[in-house]
Amino acid sequence: MTPSNRRRAPRAPVKKKVAPSPKLSGGSTSTAASGVSAWLSHHLHVFFFSLGQISRNPLATLMTASVIGIALALPTGLYLLLENARAVSQGWDGVMQISLYLKPEISDQQAYLLAQRLQQHPDIKQLRVISRSQALQEYKQLSGFSEALNMLVDNPLPAVLVVRPRLATPQQGQMLLQQLSQLKEVDVAQFDQRWLKRLFAIVDIIRRGVLILAVLLALAVLLIIGNTIRLSIQSRREEIEVNKLFGATDRFIRRPFLYSGWWYGFLGSLFAWGLISYALYLLEDPTRQLSSLYFSQYQLITLDFKATLVLLLTGPFLGLLGAGLAVGRHLQSIQP
Amino acid sequence: MITFSDVSKRYKGGQEALKQINCHLDVGDMYFLTGHSGAGKSTFLRLVALIERADRGQIVINGQNLGRISNHNIPYFRRQIGMVFQNHHLLSDRTVFDNVALPLVIAGFRHQEIRRRVHAALDKVKLLHKEKARPHTLSSGQQQRVAIARAVVNKPPILLADEPTGNLDPALSLEIMQVFMEFKALGTTVLIVSHDIQLLRQFPCSHLILREGELVDDTF
Repeated sequence: MTPSNRRRAPRAPVKKKVAPSPKLSGGSTSTAASGVSAWLSHHLHVFFFSLGQISRNPLATLMTASVIGIALALPTGLYLLLENARAVSQGWDGVMQISLYLKPEISDQQAYLLAQRLQQHPDIKQLRVISRSQALQEYKQLSGFSEALNMLVDNPLPAVLVVRPRLATPQQGQMLLQQLSQLKEVDVAQFDQRWLKRLFAIVDIIRRGVLILAVLLALAVLLIIGNTIRLSIQSRREEIEVNKLFGATDRFIRRPFLYSGWWYGFLGSLFAWGLISYALYLLEDPTRQLSSLYFSQYQLITLDFKATLVLLLTGPFLGLLGAGLAVGRHLQSIQP
Repeated sequence: MITFSDVSKRYKGGQEALKQINCHLDVGDMYFLTGHSGAGKSTFLRLVALIERADRGQIVINGQNLGRISNHNIPYFRRQIGMVFQNHHLLSDRTVFDNVALPLVIAGFRHQEIRRRVHAALDKVKLLHKEKARPHTLSSGQQQRVAIARAVVNKPPILLADEPTGNLDPALSLEIMQVFMEFKALGTTVLIVSHDIQLLRQFPCSHLILREGELVDDTF
C-alpha cells in the first residue's frame, strides 16, 4: 500500500458521516447537489440557450420558421374562410322556406285552422296562408290566363302554407319537412330552396378537404423540423460526444434539440399568426364595402382567442414531435 | 481502484486488440500506459471508460464490476472518470468557464456550486484569468490545461489522459505532467497513455507496457 492509499482508505466511512457535503464527491448521482430549483434552472438555461443557438444562424432560422409559418397559415386561413362562409349562410335561414301544398279537398277554413295549430310548433318561426282563392287570384295575375280561368266552375288550386323554420341547419330543416309532410291535410311538402342544401353539402366537402390538407401540412412541418434538427445534430457531433464522455444521459443530450424544435415551431406559429392577421387586415375594408352594398352589418370572423391558442400551441407541439423523432433516430448513432 | 482480470477484446472483423490482460492500479497512484501505436493502448482506455465492453474477463473499477453496469447506467459510471484527450476536445462555441463547467452541468449541480468549483479548477491550472476567453484564443498548452480543469472539476477518483502531451513541445509537456502530479498528490488515480518515453522517464511512476495486445511489463 502506498501512503496515498492509506490516506484514501477511510474515504468511504468519512463520506457517510459528512454525506451532505458535495466536496467529497467521487460518487455518481448522489453527489449532484441537485434539487428542483437546480433542475428548473437547468431547463430554463437550456430553453434560452437553444434559442440563442438557433438565433446564431438568423437567416436559416428565419427561413425555417417562415416555411413552417406558411404551412400553418394555409389551413388556418381556409378554416377562417369556412367559418365566414358558415356565418354568411346562417344569415340566410330566413330565406329557407317550406311550402305545404294541402290536399285539394281541404277548404280554406280548414287551412286556417291548421295554420293556427302549426303556429304553436316550436320549430316554426313564421307561417303564411295562401288560401285557395288567393292562390287563384295570384295565378290569374301572374299567368295571364285570367280569361280562361274565369271559365272554370271549380277552383283547381289547393291552399298553401308557407312555413319559415326557426332552425337553420339542413338536418333540422329536413326533420321538420318530414314531420310536416306526414300531416293528414298535407299533400306535398317541399323546400323552396334546395340550393341552400347543396351549398351546405359543398361546404361540408371543403371542410373535409381542409382537414386533409391540415394533416398533410402538419406532416410537412414535422419533416421540416425533423430535417433541421438532424442537420443540427450532425453539426454538433463533437459536442454530443464530449457530453457522452463526461457522463451525460441521453435525456440531457436530447434536451437542447427538443427545445430547438419547440422554438422553430413557436416561431413558425408566430409567423403564421402574423400572416393571417395581415391578410385579415387587408380583407377588412373590401368586406365592409361589400356588406354595405347588401345593407348588412356583417363583420369578418377573425381569429378568436381559442383559435389563436390552438395555432400557437400546434407549432410548438409539432416542433417537439419532429425534433423528438429526429433525435431518436440520429442520436443513437453518435458514440464516442 | 482499477483491476483487470484476464481481459480480452477483439474488434469485429479485426485482430485481437487486447489479450488476457491482468493488472491492478492502486488508489491515488499515477500510471503510464505505453506501447507502439496499435498495441492496444486506446482499447485499454476505452474499456476503462466503458466506451467498449470486454469480450472476456472482468474489469472492476472503484468497486464496480463493469460487466454488470447496464447501458442505462453508463453515464452515471462515467461521472467518476475525468478524461483528457490529445486534441483536447474543447467546445469552440463556449467560453473557457462553460467548457470547464460542462461535467458539473451534466451532473446537475447548482449554479453557485458550479461557479465555485470551476474557479477552483481553473485556479489549479493557473488559468483563472482566462475564464471568459474562447478556447481558440488560447495557446495549445493553455487549451490542454483547460481540458485538464474540465476533467478534474467534478473531483473524479480516476483521471484518464490519452496522449495529453501529444501536440505539445517538451517544455509544455513537462508543465502538463506536473499538473497531473499535483492531482495524484491530491489522491486521484491517474492513468496517462503516452508513447513519449523520454518524458515519462522523468517521473517516478509505474509503467504498463503493451505490446501487440499483451502486457509485457508492469513495472519500470
